[in-house]
Amino acid sequence: MAELVCADPGPLPVGPVGRSGMGWWGVATLIASEAALFGFLIFAYFYVGATAQPGWLLEPAPKLFPALPNTLLLLASSGAAWWGEKGVERGRRHQAVAGLLGAFVMGAVFAGVQAYEWSVKTYGMGESSYASLYYVTTGLHMAHVLVGLVILLTLAAWTAAGFFSQVRWIPVSAGILYWHFVDVVWLFVFATYYLTPYLGFPQ
Amino acid sequence: MSRPAYRTPVIGDDGPELRARLQAIWETKPGLLGFLGTVDHKEIGIRYIVTAFLLLAAGGVEALVMRLQLAGPDRRLLTPEQYNQLFSTHGMTMIFLYASPVLSGFSNYLWPLLLGARDMAFPRLNALSYWVYLAAAIFLYTGFLVGAGPNDGWFNYVPYALAEYNPGLNQDYYALGMILLGISTSVGAANFIVTAFKMRAPGMSINRIPIMVWGTLTASVANLAVVPAVSLAFFMLWLDRRFGTHFFDSAGGGQPLLWQHLFWLFGHPWVYAIVLPAMGMVSDGLPVFCRRPLVGYSLVALGTVATMILGFGVWVHHMFATGLPALSLSFFSAASFAITFPSLIALASWLATIWLGRPVVTTAFLFFASTILLFVIGGVSGLMTASVPIDLQLTDTYFIVAHLHYTIVGINLFPVVGAVYFWFPKMTGRLLNERLGRWNFWTMFVGFNLAFLPMHITGLLGMPRRVYTYPAHMGWDGLNLLISIGSYIFAAGVLLFLINVARSRRGGAVAGPDPWGGPTLEWATTSPPPPYNFAVIPTIASRHPLWEAALDEEEARSSIHRGMLLDHGKEALATSPMDAEPERIVEMPEDSVGPFALAVGLLVLLFGLLHFQPWLSAAGGLIVAAALLAWLWPRRKLLERAEPAHG
Repeated sequence: MAELVCADPGPLPVGPVGRSGMGWWGVATLIASEAALFGFLIFAYFYVGATAQPGWLLEPAPKLFPALPNTLLLLASSGAAWWGEKGVERGRRHQAVAGLLGAFVMGAVFAGVQAYEWSVKTYGMGESSYASLYYVTTGLHMAHVLVGLVILLTLAAWTAAGFFSQVRWIPVSAGILYWHFVDVVWLFVFATYYLTPYLGFPQ
Repeated sequence: MSRPAYRTPVIGDDGPELRARLQAIWETKPGLLGFLGTVDHKEIGIRYIVTAFLLLAAGGVEALVMRLQLAGPDRRLLTPEQYNQLFSTHGMTMIFLYASPVLSGFSNYLWPLLLGARDMAFPRLNALSYWVYLAAAIFLYTGFLVGAGPNDGWFNYVPYALAEYNPGLNQDYYALGMILLGISTSVGAANFIVTAFKMRAPGMSINRIPIMVWGTLTASVANLAVVPAVSLAFFMLWLDRRFGTHFFDSAGGGQPLLWQHLFWLFGHPWVYAIVLPAMGMVSDGLPVFCRRPLVGYSLVALGTVATMILGFGVWVHHMFATGLPALSLSFFSAASFAITFPSLIALASWLATIWLGRPVVTTAFLFFASTILLFVIGGVSGLMTASVPIDLQLTDTYFIVAHLHYTIVGINLFPVVGAVYFWFPKMTGRLLNERLGRWNFWTMFVGFNLAFLPMHITGLLGMPRRVYTYPAHMGWDGLNLLISIGSYIFAAGVLLFLINVARSRRGGAVAGPDPWGGPTLEWATTSPPPPYNFAVIPTIASRHPLWEAALDEEEARSSIHRGMLLDHGKEALATSPMDAEPERIVEMPEDSVGPFALAVGLLVLLFGLLHFQPWLSAAGGLIVAAALLAWLWPRRKLLERAEPAHG
């Protein structure tokens, strides 16, 4: 005989609980799309570089100072954000705010150093295709850093104002996930522009 | 009111009291704020479809003007520049502003109904994707109306698109407008992906979702990955034109082919993205009129995904004539041949479904079934041009125009019109007129083939595409006249369709919830459905919840009228990605004007950038920032914030 199947679950979470909720999925799709954007930027670098005339690289041996320490600083800011998120999770508001503000300060220093790097370049973005790619790729990354900084500062303010509890704090997780993305994608940009010349690209 | 973090959902029966309660919770408020703020997927879906059809009409009129120009040799109705803008705007309209958005409209309307959900995963994002689409259409058509429409074909090759050769605002309108449209497509795609994986009714495991969901899901994954390529390409083009960068001009060390790579890295997956959901409509609609389930469900689902995966590897077949190395041409040629196999699965499945079924010939059936024939013609001409030597002969001739119209009109417009005949009763509660429908179908079918079949021949005779006129005595005159006559017959068919829609919307026969005896969940609710779609959350036991008694394949029966009530607020159910096990009760957002404000801000920002007006840009940017902040502000109602300690 036919029998009716009716889902009858036990207790279910109501709304976002902790770091899991629909918002996490939303940020994950945003990150996927943004990752694709940087993927195409890096594709453009390698494609133009591979088909360019010799002498295309304006900096055959890019200076790793201050770029490399700056990269490490950005990674450290991800760590600070993670520590801050732990603070929210455990209900330690001071740790949470300190972590978020720490990540903000490190991110801001990164942005400042990057701006300094631009200012001491001897060429502008109209110099050549290499210069255009360099400025637009790092510039788009900088735009993401600035958005991330606004997010970190806002989250710090909301956390300090007691918006979140140990149950409800999905916005913190979502924002910090985005910040991790901004940091990780920089590793690819950094490797492309600062390291591959040492590996002999382009020929 | 403090709400616990966990709750056991109450199971109950559908009933008038429950429905009244849900109606009060889910209803969009009347008035202008309700109109601008609604997040109901059904309202958004219908807006998408109506807007897309208006733009289809605009693109159609553009084509008809061109066919007047080309009806005979040496005609001077249009200047070359007018002709360039017309064919480019026609392509832009049909491919970007009609073909994809109309499918988004159907998916927006249908998905929650097909999936047994109360709304999409992100209702406000859904509203945003519509408003931004509308803003992009307004922006792009503003350019056309002020005489600065795109003039370099829809794929807009450099160097002609660069400022040196194209100094007007034409390309700036196109570039910025396409970036805006990309935002709409991307957020829509994200919403479809999360909805498909998280919002299905319990029991609807991944092997039970309708094929149309497979189609749109696959297209959405592709769009999420490749739309950034074209947005980036248009951004670089705009920078090259206005800020002196050198991405594309070889004088500055740029690479003109970079444009073609970025464009087709996006463009070819996009071609599949605008047919796979439509193929899904045929796969779901055709079996209803054959009175049997689709033959080979799993193969068709896998074929859909496989088509898209291969679709990522065929973009260079648009570039066979650009002088790339022979090895890479061979690879992309092979991939282009290989892609016919997964596409053929759907065709074989449709034929087998008709063969093994008992077809009921309705207008919807005719449109769905004719897709098979048009797909074969478009597929064969595509297969021919997958071969590099043949492509070198035929590229940029009318043969390609014939091919792309057989695929896009054949596998997008014909299924879409069929889908309107099929789902119009669900949307409006009224059936379209069948008698007028027959006239509609045969006029469109005859007109279309009369217009596009001869283009294969003019192409083989060497007539290049995109020429504003041609000399007499090339052997093209008679065929071109025939093509023009056919295009006007085709347009008359589309007009009959619009007349049928206009007349039947109020005067059509009353449909009832299930006029066709359909198998899937959308036919289990009223026509039109209530704002909450389903009074109780259904539980699904098979691919065909409404045909279980007739098919009697298994003992288990889906539960449509008894299930979780979820009536403590605007609530929906989230389930696990593969098996659709209940996972979470989701608080759905109320109506909000945030998405509308954000789209307005983006439009203002774009006009500011277009005309280099810093104050206008800043104003637009401020609106965008304010709308985003208001949107993302944590809300107690959505349980994004701590509950107050007492209360």
